[in-house]
Amino acid sequence: MKADQLFKWVNIASIWLWLSLFALLPNLLVLFTSFLENDPVKLMRWKFTLSNYLALLDPLYFKVFWHSFCIAALCTVICLCLGYPFAYLLARLKSHYKNLLLFLVIIPFWTSSLIRTYAIISILKAKGLLNTVLLSLGLIHQPLAILYTSTAVMIGLVYSLLPFMILPLYANIEKLDIRLIDAARDLGANTTVIFARVILPLTLPGIVGGIILVFLPAMSMFYIPDILGGAKSLLVGNLVQNEFLAAHNWPLGSAVSMVLTFSMGLLLLIYWRINKTGQNNESISKL
Amino acid sequence: MNRLVSFSYLTAIYCFFYLPIIILVIYSFNNSSYSLLWHGFTLDWYKQLGDDVDLATVALHSLEVSVLAATLATLIGTLAATCLYRHTFFGKNLLHGLMFVLIVSPDIVMGVSLLILFFLINMQLGFWSLLFSHITFCIPFVVVTVFSRLTGLDKNIFEAARDLGASEFMSFRRVLVPMLWPAIVAGWLLSFTLSLDDVIISFFVTGPDFQILPLYIYSLVRLGLKPELNALCSVMFAITLFIVVIFQFVLRKKEV
Amino acid sequence: MSGSVLALSGVYKSFHDQTVLENIHFEVKQGEFLTLLGPSGCGKTTLLRLISGFEVPDAGTIYINGVDVKGLSPQQRHVNTVFQSYALFPHLNVFDNIAFGLRCKGLDKAVIRQQVEDALNMVKLAPLSQRKPYQLSGGQQQRVAIARAVVNQPSILLLDEPLSSLDYRLRKTMQIELKQLQIQLGITFILVTHDQEEALSMSDRVVVMHDGRIEQIGTPREVYEEPSSLRVARFIGEVNIFETQVISVDEHVFHVMIEGKAFTLKNRRHFTADQKIYTLVRPEDLAVWSPSEVTDTTQMFPGVVEQVNYKGCTVDLMIRLESQTLLAAAQFFNEDDEKLDFHSGESVWVHWIPGWEVILPDES
Repeated sequence: MKADQLFKWVNIASIWLWLSLFALLPNLLVLFTSFLENDPVKLMRWKFTLSNYLALLDPLYFKVFWHSFCIAALCTVICLCLGYPFAYLLARLKSHYKNLLLFLVIIPFWTSSLIRTYAIISILKAKGLLNTVLLSLGLIHQPLAILYTSTAVMIGLVYSLLPFMILPLYANIEKLDIRLIDAARDLGANTTVIFARVILPLTLPGIVGGIILVFLPAMSMFYIPDILGGAKSLLVGNLVQNEFLAAHNWPLGSAVSMVLTFSMGLLLLIYWRINKTGQNNESISKL
Repeated sequence: MNRLVSFSYLTAIYCFFYLPIIILVIYSFNNSSYSLLWHGFTLDWYKQLGDDVDLATVALHSLEVSVLAATLATLIGTLAATCLYRHTFFGKNLLHGLMFVLIVSPDIVMGVSLLILFFLINMQLGFWSLLFSHITFCIPFVVVTVFSRLTGLDKNIFEAARDLGASEFMSFRRVLVPMLWPAIVAGWLLSFTLSLDDVIISFFVTGPDFQILPLYIYSLVRLGLKPELNALCSVMFAITLFIVVIFQFVLRKKEV
Repeated sequence: MSGSVLALSGVYKSFHDQTVLENIHFEVKQGEFLTLLGPSGCGKTTLLRLISGFEVPDAGTIYINGVDVKGLSPQQRHVNTVFQSYALFPHLNVFDNIAFGLRCKGLDKAVIRQQVEDALNMVKLAPLSQRKPYQLSGGQQQRVAIARAVVNQPSILLLDEPLSSLDYRLRKTMQIELKQLQIQLGITFILVTHDQEEALSMSDRVVVMHDGRIEQIGTPREVYEEPSSLRVARFIGEVNIFETQVISVDEHVFHVMIEGKAFTLKNRRHFTADQKIYTLVRPEDLAVWSPSEVTDTTQMFPGVVEQVNYKGCTVDLMIRLESQTLLAAAQFFNEDDEKLDFHSGESVWVHWIPGWEVILPDES
């Protein structure tokens, strides 16, 4: 009997221990550090200050936040516009190849996004595929300088993150009870009404799930603007990277990181709210 | 009309996904360093990969960390998932929520937080800091994978095992693990891939003496050295493809 | 408490402030086939789980073989359960499923093989020992579940609605087989069911439960022919209930008024005058005659046939009396009454043989 309980408590203790040490504690440390003063030698000085947060209100930093936010938002919207129809069509597909098609969507999801971002370079560069095709078709007369611009960063972000929008949407739409749509049609609703009043509200958890998986990484994946945007495009992720590894201003970097954490918290709150009013219970498996 | 539109749209998106990668793979066989034009088929770049000693060390490091991290994360994650499913205990809902938050958490936040932790406990950045970090971000994915399989099982089965005299450990070993095996393997594969491909967290927590593949690729990309890189990326892509195939195969077996 | 394999005393159980079991008292003899019978939500499954050890009572004691089992886990009690969903281990074949409990005890391989084979022969599944559960039919899975439990030689075998997912024919077959098995093994069986026909046909005794309380414990005959309360009477079989006014009481008989007619009935329960009582008559105890067939109708009720249901072995009639009371009467085909040909709207006379009724006091 005792050995029984021992096994159970060892399990519970070990998972709590690991996560407390490597997940909870580190995040608390970031919060803590964001209120400390910077020290060029010891990296932080044990003195409480709000200067880090105040510094973020400086136009220089604020511009970066605003720029990141806009790019991430635009990226999310594009992913949503491209991904929703795709997920819907795929989920509703009645074909023998459906499993194969799903498999083909999962592969980009699993492939390192670094490699996929690199693959884009050869398409977007001055002598790349895109320009070559457009030139040979006569649509343009000079190669488009897309690489190392915000546009390239946007394309790179969308390319990397589109699978993360599609999969939660697909999982959600797949579970949509088609009889509900039939019932609505039976009651006389036309396609627009069916979409707005039946499909959209029911797929809302999937949409929010997709947004969370796209928006946050869009702000924080520093290697995409690094590779595709050159030095011109700075996102929050680059800011954090810079403060921690170049400028060695850890407290400031922590403050920036806390802003990201705060945004995540906000999005999770919205997601939780939507799920409460929705019919889902197991939000973990929904993702 | 509708079907044509659907078909075209789906095809367009698939092309969008695969075209860059296909081009990459094709050019890894191109007998030219930088030109876009096809100069003939060659395996030179792959041979160069094979001869690259630095790359071999880096690849070995990556493999070490990823295999170990995946295995340990799978172990801890499976135990955690079964605990969450079977028992009620203090902080259970919190643990559930924490899993969710960890999956959604931006990598950079995790990377930075772990960096601060290792700094404060005076741990040198290298193999161990990398290993602990990778295990940490893999655990939630294993938990989710195993947990969702658990919820599909007949709850009475565990009571039946207890009724017949099995202790907690025996139930785990003789009933749970065999029944969960596909999910456990899937969790391992997922962890392995996540670990192998991780850039952001590794960027912060690894040291100069312990280089791993994704960071090696990253530095090459920034330097703009292309030819060998194409071959390397193609190989990585092939590995991922192979793993996904096994993953799908394993999951398909769960129908039984 | 001596001699009984199971004894419950003053057992209470509630979940989330809702009382599920209240003051449960009963004993079970060794080798008995006992059924816990009641509608869903009456607490019978909870009671089973208290005996097996998956739940703990809030108050009261449970004795198995004279030992207080408080604090003993399911593994430690000599009790095994057959679950409603069978709960067979899908990754093990039939042989390994049955051997599971024995392996947990760490028995010798040869001993295990012998015992499993004996169990397989007992449930007639020997040729299927290498199959996996998904390759078996519902009835076969059920037999594996039973074998898996009995091979451990428990003192008590608990069965939680074991036949509910089987079709009618198979259920009838399994009822007979289960009863034979129980007699053959000599183990005490405690079965939970909501199917009263099942309970009556298989049990030595029936525990009728309602709302967490025991209504009546008795042999199938006792609970059917002499229900102790209206609830039991209503739950087991069909019954017609007449509101009855007591006019006067003698030592052995009493005079009552039912539906405007005077009757003299045996006063077995010593009712008093002006007490409100109910007279219960089962449908099969009612005799229905057409007016042309009877002469003396002083002790009969006049009524109109509202519905005729042909059930194969019986013809069930719904008869409306003058007082708007609706009666259910089941008529059997026999040599005395070949013409069982009633029509809707037909006028009839209804009566029962005195002594076949059950009289119960008003419970309110």
